[in-house]
Amino acid sequence: MVAYVLRRLVAAVVLLFVVTVVTFAIFFLVPRVAGATAEDLASRYVGKTAGPEQLKEMADKLGFDDPLYVQYGRFAKGLVAGADFSTGPTVEHCPAPCFGYSFITQNPVWPDLVDRLGVTMSLAAGAAIIWLVVGVSIGVLSALRKGSIFDRGAMGVALAGVSLPIFFTGLLALSIFAYNLGWFPPGGSYTPITENPAQWAYDLILPWTTLAFLYAAAYARLTRAGMLETMNEDFIRTARAKGLVERTVVVKHGLRYALTPIVTIFGLDLGLLLGGAILTESTFSLPGIGKYAVEAVTNNDLPKVLGVVMLGAFFIILANLIVDITYAVIDPRVRLS
Amino acid sequence: MSGDGVVVTPSSDPAAWPPRVPTAFLEVRDLRVTFRTDDGLVKAVDGLSFSLDRGATLGIVGESGSGKSVTSLSIMGLHKGQSVTMSGEIWLDSQELVSASPDQVRRLRGRKAAMIFQDPLSSMHPFYTVGAQIIEAYQAHHDVPAKVARRRAIDMLDRVGIPQARTRVDDYPHQFSGGMRQRAMIAMSLVNNPDLLIADEPTTALDVTVQAQILDLIRDLQEEFGSAVIIITHDLGVVAELANDILVMYAGRAVEHDTADKIFRQPEHPYTWGLLSSMPRMDRGVRDRLKPITGTPPSLINVPSGCPFHPRCPYVDRNGIPCRTVVPRVPTDGSPGVACHIPEKERRQLFDDEILPTL
Repeated sequence: MVAYVLRRLVAAVVLLFVVTVVTFAIFFLVPRVAGATAEDLASRYVGKTAGPEQLKEMADKLGFDDPLYVQYGRFAKGLVAGADFSTGPTVEHCPAPCFGYSFITQNPVWPDLVDRLGVTMSLAAGAAIIWLVVGVSIGVLSALRKGSIFDRGAMGVALAGVSLPIFFTGLLALSIFAYNLGWFPPGGSYTPITENPAQWAYDLILPWTTLAFLYAAAYARLTRAGMLETMNEDFIRTARAKGLVERTVVVKHGLRYALTPIVTIFGLDLGLLLGGAILTESTFSLPGIGKYAVEAVTNNDLPKVLGVVMLGAFFIILANLIVDITYAVIDPRVRLS
Repeated sequence: MSGDGVVVTPSSDPAAWPPRVPTAFLEVRDLRVTFRTDDGLVKAVDGLSFSLDRGATLGIVGESGSGKSVTSLSIMGLHKGQSVTMSGEIWLDSQELVSASPDQVRRLRGRKAAMIFQDPLSSMHPFYTVGAQIIEAYQAHHDVPAKVARRRAIDMLDRVGIPQARTRVDDYPHQFSGGMRQRAMIAMSLVNNPDLLIADEPTTALDVTVQAQILDLIRDLQEEFGSAVIIITHDLGVVAELANDILVMYAGRAVEHDTADKIFRQPEHPYTWGLLSSMPRMDRGVRDRLKPITGTPPSLINVPSGCPFHPRCPYVDRNGIPCRTVVPRVPTDGSPGVACHIPEKERRQLFDDEILPTL
């Protein structure tokens, strides 16, 4: 078990390294291969009015003509140890992990990301709890009453759930519950949980439900399919043959087994969401990573995009690691192979 | 008698209702089990009667789809779903099960009647240790602390011949070999000292060398615990080892029911002859080919008219007997008999002249 965890951990670190290489290549190598000169790259870091000499100077300063490994080394050092930029007379230190400074706001990217991470985490965690509880429960009940009115109704709603995009259900929810009924704030309000937990939850109810609706629908369908398959397994018949009460058979023997693939998907979904729930955050004007990403992309704000990409990749790798370890805890067969 | 929505109808014979309590430990009377499917009504078991005493062993033999496993699952009350209809009576230790509530049957399950399944790997939960699964079976019927149940599980594993039971109890099923898994399954089924043990193809998934060990184990344990045993198999060799009585099933009905000795010495039904002829034997020349029964098992939705075996029977319509129209039946009271229209004298003659020399 320990060896297994260590192997996974090493694999995760290697993967993280690969991600930095690929990201570096996308941002700094691909444009060069496509024909951009060092001055072209530098032009993104200076004002539009800069002349050729200023561009040349900037390209030298940022080292765009250095050998690739030197450039990558500088990039990696920035991520791990931070970087120093001399701005004329003074030297400015960009603390690790350094993705650079926003072209627009001139702020270092990382502290901004940390600021917004709270919003995205609040959104993802709350929605995840809702969709897990609701989706799995509905899936189990549907499977146990396959073909019943409940099953057909639930699966009909679930089909709608997976088919409707967030910006539709979100706007619908806003229009009804915020604008018409006035029960909830019409988006844009966020209170950190440390300030006022009740207000935090109240502000997030609509985004949570909207996001959870999409995922709960998918999870209900997955759970239903998994349970239907599992309840036909031989070991379920054995459990019944022991004379166990049906609830024990369903929960301890059936659900436990059917949940394994759900755990995997849950980890990946959560990792993906932590990298920014773009549609939900945009629909409800929540200042999270997703909204930050949209701003970064629309403004061509390269250091911000870089930061969002790296953060997203980090969360997905982390989620994968946690899923792998959880898997070994759940399924004893995994530990040995 | 089983899960939700199983329709229970009283026996069609008015004289049998209200039923008389039988003297045998297990008595099955006119059991009928049908499944509703999209293609039609499947008559999986169609009027089956037999009885079994404590300490005795009954072998139920037949091809796939002959209703053997459906019968055993009926006794265990393990048919689930709205598509199953059961009628007739199953008396287990003076309690009728077909009309009993699902919860009553559940309480008997595992305690009074336990079951061993064909494939021990898929029949055990992969996520729980062997010990945990045996402990669970014990605690389902005994209100004892975990420690006591664990000691019991170790004792049982030891009893069925698992070496180092004290440590192997914490192994997972995938860490056991096939034979050890089946031993563990047997330990699990016997943990509550059941009066009836049903073994559904207990050796089919095992190596030949392990098969004999498992059969020996079942026989030893039966002597020790004094339980009644039903062995379900398509392998006549298995029942030859163990059974006192043999019930040969075809298309959901009993076609021949008698002592094992009689069935091996003087079988009377052409289907039983077919089963015996298709059994490989060590004392036969390598070049002699096995004689399989021609044709395929019948559809249980459209069961052939008359004798269900008539499309495959080499003696059909012999001397003008009504094989295609009249259904032959073994005695409905569960006593020995042969469901065949060929007169008894003629059957014996046929066996002695045509079948015995080729076996």
